[in-house]
Amino acid sequence: MSLQVENLTVYYQTLRGDVRALESATFTVADGEIMGLAGESGCGKTTLGHSLIRLTPPMRFVEGSVTLDNEELPVWDMGRMNDFRFKKISIIPQYAMNAMNPTRKIGKMTSELLESRKVSFKTTLPELKRRLDLVKLSHDVLNMYPIELSGGMKQRMVMVLSALLDPSLLIADEITSALDVSSQKAVAEMLVEFRDREFVKSVIVITHDISILYQIADSIMIMYAGQLAEKAFTEVIIHAPRHPYTKLLISSLPKVGVKYSEKRLTGIPGNPPLLLDPPIGCRFRDRCPLAFDKCVEVPPFIEIEKDHFVACWKVFEENAQA
Amino acid sequence: MLLAGRCLKKMLKLENVSKVYKVGTFGGKELHAVSNVSFDIEDGEVVSLIGESGSGKSTIGKMILRLISISSGAISFNGIDISNLKGGALKEYYRSVQGVFQDPFSSYNPIFKADRVFRIIREEFFPEITASEWNDKVERSLRAVGLNPGDVLDKFPHQLSGGQLQRFLIARALLLDIQFLVADEIISMLDASTRIDVLNLLADLKSRGLSILFITHDLSLGYYISERALMLYRGCVVEMGATEKLYDNPLHPYTRMLMASVPRLDKKWEEVELELKAEQAEVTSGCVYFERCSEAEKSESCEGHRPPLIEAESDHFVACSCYAEGG
Repeated sequence: MSLQVENLTVYYQTLRGDVRALESATFTVADGEIMGLAGESGCGKTTLGHSLIRLTPPMRFVEGSVTLDNEELPVWDMGRMNDFRFKKISIIPQYAMNAMNPTRKIGKMTSELLESRKVSFKTTLPELKRRLDLVKLSHDVLNMYPIELSGGMKQRMVMVLSALLDPSLLIADEITSALDVSSQKAVAEMLVEFRDREFVKSVIVITHDISILYQIADSIMIMYAGQLAEKAFTEVIIHAPRHPYTKLLISSLPKVGVKYSEKRLTGIPGNPPLLLDPPIGCRFRDRCPLAFDKCVEVPPFIEIEKDHFVACWKVFEENAQA
Repeated sequence: MLLAGRCLKKMLKLENVSKVYKVGTFGGKELHAVSNVSFDIEDGEVVSLIGESGSGKSTIGKMILRLISISSGAISFNGIDISNLKGGALKEYYRSVQGVFQDPFSSYNPIFKADRVFRIIREEFFPEITASEWNDKVERSLRAVGLNPGDVLDKFPHQLSGGQLQRFLIARALLLDIQFLVADEIISMLDASTRIDVLNLLADLKSRGLSILFITHDLSLGYYISERALMLYRGCVVEMGATEKLYDNPLHPYTRMLMASVPRLDKKWEEVELELKAEQAEVTSGCVYFERCSEAEKSESCEGHRPPLIEAESDHFVACSCYAEGG
């Protein structure tokens, strides 16, 4: 097991109290697995991604443990995490387009970055060039300023940088959302390529676009309002989801070939709850068509079939009967 | 489009519309954001305008809304040329044509309550109406977009969700008896569970006779809602026609590439050779898609001559030299 997260709970501190953005997340990501992490905005998916690598105020670590390659990560300790960041665990940030220093040439910036981690730029340079070839960027970009690159090129450059030291875990936070479909596809496939060539062992892809995950991810984890709802293999999540939220979410996505005049899709009524004072129990309860008495208790995230985790009392009930 | 011999009225008509920006230090260079685009939209019809970023799709929307000037060509609405409307005539035009844009959060002034957008409409367009009549009208149009007036009135923009704000803006457009709506990427900032509601709302409005120009980069949304679709690449229409024909039988290499690279839930990506977007090269007089095209044997005719839109089958037009001869 490459990454094991147990009971990870992270709140945001605000003047009006804690925002419970991530509640008791327990899951594993295997070696070589690309796990997609999906959910609506504000469901805590970025919080989860960031808390694995850079847990800064106003984020507050409450409890839980994170183990990467049998070594516990001190995620609550900003200083000690420096030994792991970039080398063992790395992130391609959201808005990677603006992630590079605009006042430095890209090559200069890269060398400063590597030197800060006590890695020699000279010895890394041949590998860096090989990877630039891989993502179809010319070596000249090292002598350019970020402003000279297009959005898709910047995104690919940041991908190369993030994975340069062969981290064990790479977190890709909404890396395709700002791109055109054709660059989107290129970037997504490069991520798979990085895994296939073992630059990175496992990848967590955070996105709101489930159709991208269907193309590249091995498994998908769905979050709702700070809680994990379901995790299973991609095919299972798309074609045979069990959690009512996943079912409604998947069925509300328009597909090419579906017209409103023939098949009218429906959204999910209601809005996600505010996490400052979330409802007790299952947080999807108010919008859930299947909700019943039991739902005032928080459902545990349980493996109902092999590699299929669900947090829903109704599903447990059905499973017990079957 | 002819329907059983009855000719529907052409509501909006674009003829050879172009937009040229002067760029470079002294404005010496020209950037053709939109070149020679012609199409028309009938009563009660939804037309999708599909393209990547920088293809000029928003520019067309803004020109229809008269937010930017037209460099050449003409846009006419119900037979009247709108490019030189001024003063009262322009205001009358805005009574029937309105737009809703991508980012609902920046469409509001955060200092004022969100319903200020309604008040401005009243001051501008309905100064003679009484307060109770007006409140009635606001409530009706809010209900028409599926909002409960009690929940959303008298609130600041940050107290409402993106979907609510976006529907607010559609309600604002409905206060005027509009016939035509420019919907510029109105879905893309919304969450998956609420976006379908806004899309269904547009479909309902269409059945009441509203025409919509639906600008999007998402092919599945375009298919869901529209009867006809236009594919735009670097300011030129490369393919247009009935939505089913365009999607089931894409003819232009660009459309085919786009269809193949769109992430879908029912189909995995095929192994297609993907040409990454070329850098903004000089637009030559040839085909706009020339540098990226994998289809063309890169014949001289592609490079030197821009193919016109030709009808490949009924109600399906394509601008590609592959279909010019014999097809």
